[in-house]
Amino acid sequence: MSKGHAAPGLYGTLCERGFFTRDHFDHFRQLHGILQGHPDIKKCPGVDASTGSLGQGISIAVGMALAAKHLGNGVKVYTMIGDGESDEGLVWEASMAAAHYHLDNLTVIFDHNGMQIDGTNDQVMSLGDAQAKFTAFGYDVVEVMDGNDMQQVLDAFHTPVCPGKPRLIHLHTLKGKGVSFMEGQVAWHGKAPNDELTAQALRDLEG
Amino acid sequence: MEKKAIRVAYGESLVRLGAENSSVVVLDADLAEATMTKGFKQAYPERFFDCGIAEANMVDMAAGMSTMGLIPFCSTFAVFAGRSYDQIRNGVCYPGFNVKFGFSHAGITLGEDGGSHQAIEDLALMRVLPNMTVFAPSDANECWMCVKAASEINGPVYIRTSRLPSPVYDPDPHFQVGKGRVLMDGSDCVIMTCGIMLEHCLNAVEILKGQGKNPALLVFHTLKPFDDELALAYAQKCSNVFTVEEHSVIGGLGDTVAPVLCGKGSFVFRKIGIQDVFGQSGKPADLLREYHLNGEEIARTVLESMRG
Repeated sequence: MSKGHAAPGLYGTLCERGFFTRDHFDHFRQLHGILQGHPDIKKCPGVDASTGSLGQGISIAVGMALAAKHLGNGVKVYTMIGDGESDEGLVWEASMAAAHYHLDNLTVIFDHNGMQIDGTNDQVMSLGDAQAKFTAFGYDVVEVMDGNDMQQVLDAFHTPVCPGKPRLIHLHTLKGKGVSFMEGQVAWHGKAPNDELTAQALRDLEG
Repeated sequence: MEKKAIRVAYGESLVRLGAENSSVVVLDADLAEATMTKGFKQAYPERFFDCGIAEANMVDMAAGMSTMGLIPFCSTFAVFAGRSYDQIRNGVCYPGFNVKFGFSHAGITLGEDGGSHQAIEDLALMRVLPNMTVFAPSDANECWMCVKAASEINGPVYIRTSRLPSPVYDPDPHFQVGKGRVLMDGSDCVIMTCGIMLEHCLNAVEILKGQGKNPALLVFHTLKPFDDELALAYAQKCSNVFTVEEHSVIGGLGDTVAPVLCGKGSFVFRKIGIQDVFGQSGKPADLLREYHLNGEEIARTVLESMRG
């Protein structure tokens, strides 16, 4: 999880997969909790890299994929990056290295929701044609028009790997999908709802 | 006396270590000719990874490689410790990954390339990071011992090396991580040093002896963990304490020794090093004189400051 601020989503997934029990959520972001504000490999089972400083996760993933190739151990590496995160030069340094070393055992998932803390990507720092940029950096790009549709996402993962090229799955996503007051609202990028709005959000999602 | 640059010794050490341990891999950022990793590149091309001129990415790639059981040695100029610092901090030290940093061309003796390339802050940056071990070998033999020790430590290690050829001394038969070495016993003042300043401290010691002084000389290849016990014992024995380093007096060896002495007695204590300024282009010998770091200048500072 290169976009380490998406830790809550990662934690939910890890819990569902049995890495830890649900009671840990009561201590999320609290003293002595295993669920830190950003993923911590030393505290949370199932975390593969301590991320949060943006751009680093993809670079670490490139190192993992390169080592896997060197060792011939068949490991495949997956990392999720954000669009705001792609302001970081390190994302592009890592991408250049992934292509240079022909890391076809690496899949980068690009979460393109168009928003970051201070506004839309275009207001803060335009990515321009992100897909053209990733293609130019040597990725085999697989585009997913609705990144909130899990079937489309899974189909993308099942596309055959292009030998010798790292793969980038370009997910067009909607931030806050399914929660009426959050959808497409940049204000909810990094904010927790109060009790009342939480109840509303749960009703929306279960609705 | 034989002279060999510590960066050359670093390159040779990697080749030697590579033969002993197939998990050792080397990463460089387009400086293999200068950091001397070119020897490893020739000997083990399949274990050498050029990362291009992208130091930050090199460090995090090494972090990722370490998770697969490899032992990566990242190599570049010490001045680029700053450029890749977030990656060293968050990518390597925070998770405690098993990555080594052999950073060369440290200090003003880099010479003609000038202040933009003369790292005077790398030891400070590295010392302050939890989980990091910090080495500053003083000659080729110590460099090999530091490289070998680094490969046996499960965690991040920084090794500071230099460009300039420097004397090769008899190897320390008692080398131990975190332990200093008494090169010369003395009674009325003690000089504590690390890295290639050893040569200049030895020159200073000769001058001081000629002036009727009886200096002790200690050399510390490990700045972290530090040999507090040895430093304190000699400070208490000699009263006049001088640290000498090719680094800013802020955050390096001097500031490693200072807290050891705090509250432990009354000492004359002077930090001899780069006095909070950047370097400049010049011949190494001229720079050492300009910044008061050659034997004559060190001896002069000691004589001016000594009490009793």
